[in-house]
Amino acid sequence: MTDYAWPDAEHRTLIGKRITRVDSPVKVSGQAKYTYDVHRPGMLYGKVLRCPYAHAKVVSIDTSAAEKMPGVKAVHIVQGPGANIHWAGDDIVAVAAVDEPTAEDAIRAVKVTYQQLPYLVSDAEPPQGAAQEQGPLSMDDIDDMLDNQVPSQQMVSQIQQYGITAKPTEEILKMLKSDGATDAVLDAIRAATVHPGAGTQTKSNYQKAAAQTLGDPDKGFADAEVVSEGVYGIPVITHCCLESHGSISEWTDQDHLFTHISTQNVSGIPGQMAEPLKIPATNIRVHQDHIGGGFGSKFSPDRWGIYTAELSRKAGGKPIRIMLERDSELKVAGARPSAYARVKVGAKKDGTIVAWQSDSWGTGGPGGGGMPPIPYVFTIPNQRKQHTAIRNNIGPARAWRAPNHPQAAVITMCALDDLAAKLNMDPVEFFGKNLDITKPRQDIYREELAIASDLMGWKQKWHPGGQSQSGGMARGVGVSFHTWGGRGHSSDCDLTIHPDGSVDLKLGSQDLGTGTRTCILMVAADTLGIPLDAINLQIGDTNYPPSGGSGGSTTIGGVSSSTRRAAVDARDALFAKVAPALNAQPDQLECVNGTVRIKGDSSKSLSWKEACSKLGAMPLTVRGKNPDRSKPPDLTNSGVGGVQMAEVEVDTETGIVKVKKMVAVQDCGLVVNLKTAESQCYGALIMGISYALFEEKVMDPGTGRMLNADMQFYRLAGLNDIPELVVHMMTGKGYDERGVIGLGEPPVISPGAAISNAVANAIGVRVPFLPLTPDRVLAALGQKAGA
Amino acid sequence: MRAFEYVSPNSRAQAVSLLGAAWGNTEILAGGTDLLALMKDDVITPKRLVNIKEIKDLHGVSSSAQGLRIGALTTLGDLADYADVRAHYPALAEAVMEVASPQIRNMATIGGNLCQRPRCWYFRNGLGLLPKDESGKELVADGENRYHAILGNEGPAKFVSPSTIVPILIAYGSKIRLEGPRGKRELPLEKFFVIPKTESDREHDLRPNEIVTEVVIPPVPDVKAAHYEIRQKEAFDWPLAVAAVALKMNGSNARSARVVMGYVAPVPWASAEAEQALTGQPVNEATGQRAAEAALKNAKPLNHNAYKVQLARVAVKRAILRAASGGAA
Repeated sequence: MTDYAWPDAEHRTLIGKRITRVDSPVKVSGQAKYTYDVHRPGMLYGKVLRCPYAHAKVVSIDTSAAEKMPGVKAVHIVQGPGANIHWAGDDIVAVAAVDEPTAEDAIRAVKVTYQQLPYLVSDAEPPQGAAQEQGPLSMDDIDDMLDNQVPSQQMVSQIQQYGITAKPTEEILKMLKSDGATDAVLDAIRAATVHPGAGTQTKSNYQKAAAQTLGDPDKGFADAEVVSEGVYGIPVITHCCLESHGSISEWTDQDHLFTHISTQNVSGIPGQMAEPLKIPATNIRVHQDHIGGGFGSKFSPDRWGIYTAELSRKAGGKPIRIMLERDSELKVAGARPSAYARVKVGAKKDGTIVAWQSDSWGTGGPGGGGMPPIPYVFTIPNQRKQHTAIRNNIGPARAWRAPNHPQAAVITMCALDDLAAKLNMDPVEFFGKNLDITKPRQDIYREELAIASDLMGWKQKWHPGGQSQSGGMARGVGVSFHTWGGRGHSSDCDLTIHPDGSVDLKLGSQDLGTGTRTCILMVAADTLGIPLDAINLQIGDTNYPPSGGSGGSTTIGGVSSSTRRAAVDARDALFAKVAPALNAQPDQLECVNGTVRIKGDSSKSLSWKEACSKLGAMPLTVRGKNPDRSKPPDLTNSGVGGVQMAEVEVDTETGIVKVKKMVAVQDCGLVVNLKTAESQCYGALIMGISYALFEEKVMDPGTGRMLNADMQFYRLAGLNDIPELVVHMMTGKGYDERGVIGLGEPPVISPGAAISNAVANAIGVRVPFLPLTPDRVLAALGQKAGA
Repeated sequence: MRAFEYVSPNSRAQAVSLLGAAWGNTEILAGGTDLLALMKDDVITPKRLVNIKEIKDLHGVSSSAQGLRIGALTTLGDLADYADVRAHYPALAEAVMEVASPQIRNMATIGGNLCQRPRCWYFRNGLGLLPKDESGKELVADGENRYHAILGNEGPAKFVSPSTIVPILIAYGSKIRLEGPRGKRELPLEKFFVIPKTESDREHDLRPNEIVTEVVIPPVPDVKAAHYEIRQKEAFDWPLAVAAVALKMNGSNARSARVVMGYVAPVPWASAEAEQALTGQPVNEATGQRAAEAALKNAKPLNHNAYKVQLARVAVKRAILRAASGGAA
């Protein structure tokens, strides 16, 4: 059996070091080509007519005037008469024309009549008794749950409990599988009780999710000596990718499509386009060099990706470009579900948490959405939970970096922080005391909490709530904990060593801007003992072996494992060819510093180039495969913990919050590149400050439209809003030997909770909901003064 | 963006003759930082743009005994750089440097800053200056009005006047000069801003075929002035409240005062109540607070913007204290 294990610390030349990303020069010099920058010869421009109403039925569409306009090359009805539209901004008609103004004129010439229907765009607390019990589930309901990232286990239990409305065909099951249904969910559907005719009654906007209990909540609260109650929450925000969604598609012949698309999922795109376009997936080539942000919103070609290809077919195969306008990007290309909860939590006087009760609600748009995993990180022994999903017309939800976890962190960590305040305990002491219920990560959290406290200067900075004020400025600190899986996805790569010593490495992965290219090169170069720039890496194309989509923090574990395997196998194959020349057995050889030599003996060595010449005429290609999740993990692993702290200053006259410092202490197993890992955390803290203070999808009750679908009122943090950020990665014994674990999601989970806790500590009262805007801070201060 | 005709006159008279006698068909292009965004968003759909940047005498800043004359095409970046502005009107320089970003300040003109359209998100979404739905129902009062007016909002206009530098210009006693087919006219700057009563009204006392030619700030040798903005982000953000204060002192007492608020009403809001509260008084925390309370005494917040009353009070108080503590000028 080949030993693929990661080298230990003494034998790593690159892995675990701080290496500047290889794509920095092309990015900072503006040479990097994003999909948005792609201009193909003869390219046409597509524009989309969107529904202005939050809920409507399309009655009629007349495209005749648009079709007659000079310069218009194709018109495609996306949703025709009879279609039900569930959010403002949904696609109705797409056109392609010789330039953008002509396409816009054509869109304005299309006449659509709608029947307007009642809508809801609020996610305020459901009125008492409004929530309907869940009935048998339709396949649409199940698809909605998939869209809304409801955990597989939760879906299985709902299917078992409520049954289904009709027996699905194998075709539908296949469709659900391609939408992400796990085998457990499909098995549950096959085994479910069928209630024909159910589910035809009008659905309420409010739907009860299954109540859950753990332990004995009544006894837990009876035993509690201190009980804290509060309301907490976090609104719908958008992904706001700086490069909007979109693609440039062209038919290279009648049944072959070439598409440039902004995606997190290069290898996964053809399989999603094949059926709607009625061509084999193998006839679809996808290419992407760089992406300007995805954050979980760019796994699918999307409806607009499909009709871009359809328009191209209608226009004789000419390249068509549709990149979403900024307002559409914010309205329809993804949002993070909201979550709010009334929480009651009880503890003994010594701080031991004993009981949790939550009534939560939130929306993920038309699909409603599930309950976030609360209480989060801390498995409180006695729990009673009830969740109401609000199905409304604000637009669809998508996975947003660590789906459901930032919401869970805000609800849990803020409720526990208020309990600590009520106990008159320092939160670090309080959370520290309860780490036993964070199993299996209690030791990691304990270590991280101590490091974070030192880096923040917590002992000097923490005062009981509202007691660090001078001249109207209040200072406070807050802490939060988070966790994530992060095991690597399936990934294939091809590594070729040429007889002249050059090395090719190809995989259909993508670099989301996180440094994936650099990390792949580091693993290969470390294994082959050659410099980074001796390897020619190609990613971002379906001509290369398939590698998983970059979601759920799965990329680094996947690509590092497949690359390690390919590089070890290629190295060993090379050793077999080189051994005779060195009068040695292959297993006596090593590659170090650009040489192949007898282990520990630099006098018996060949340069890399000389060694490769022993291959003869033909290059050597091996495929590295990171196995899928049915196999036990080896080079990659799952399960990380992180602790974050925030320090804030609040102007108590204006309610303006400024973050003064943030500390992130994070574990992710074996760190491949310390520098890009730290950068992931810096980026996450910046994104976290932004959603803690500024971001919110604002819906107008009067028109059902999003009001701030622009960059002036959809506020993102600017440079000056970002304070000192301190990142500490956990490495060394206890971490490295666990293997490579993903880092994309975990550090973005805690900032909202940590900042909210810091504000509560500063002003001595909880601001219930994010973002922590002046109106909310002043309202909380007003309540405190009035109390 | 829709196709449009582009004309580039090189005299005022030519420019005026190329503008339409009614609103809607022609627009003036100066820096374009607001105009182009409005056109891209299809909020306005002019058939002709009249570029006025080739008109030489609309550029430049000059000082005389009458004060400072600022050509309408002076960019905000240049304005903040003028030694005379920094020396004699430092609160203006400060206010200008708070606007948007360096890139915007390098393009945006003072004339355009005065004529920019409201930032109301209903207006920017094409729902009108006095926003209504298709049935004619007013949208703001029952809608998302967190950033809307708390003063002067009794009529259908609920937006807030968007310029952040107009309050300090008014506090200094500035005048605005306009030119149209019937000749030139000059107005105190505060008179340039009006509250529209119908959708066909504008928020400026400007005829469709008039252009802003210059702003004149009188000499203010004995004035202590300050500008204060409250906004969420450190940079590149619209404020939630703005206050500008100009004090004439008699020892430690205010001999007279000008207190002008921005982002609180459909027009820049000069508060006679605050001015009265300060006049003859020593300027300190207590009188500053009293003046701030007087300034907002008549505020009538909408259902989501009561917090702005507090923010405006704080802005006024801080501007008063900053001016008195010799923010100088």
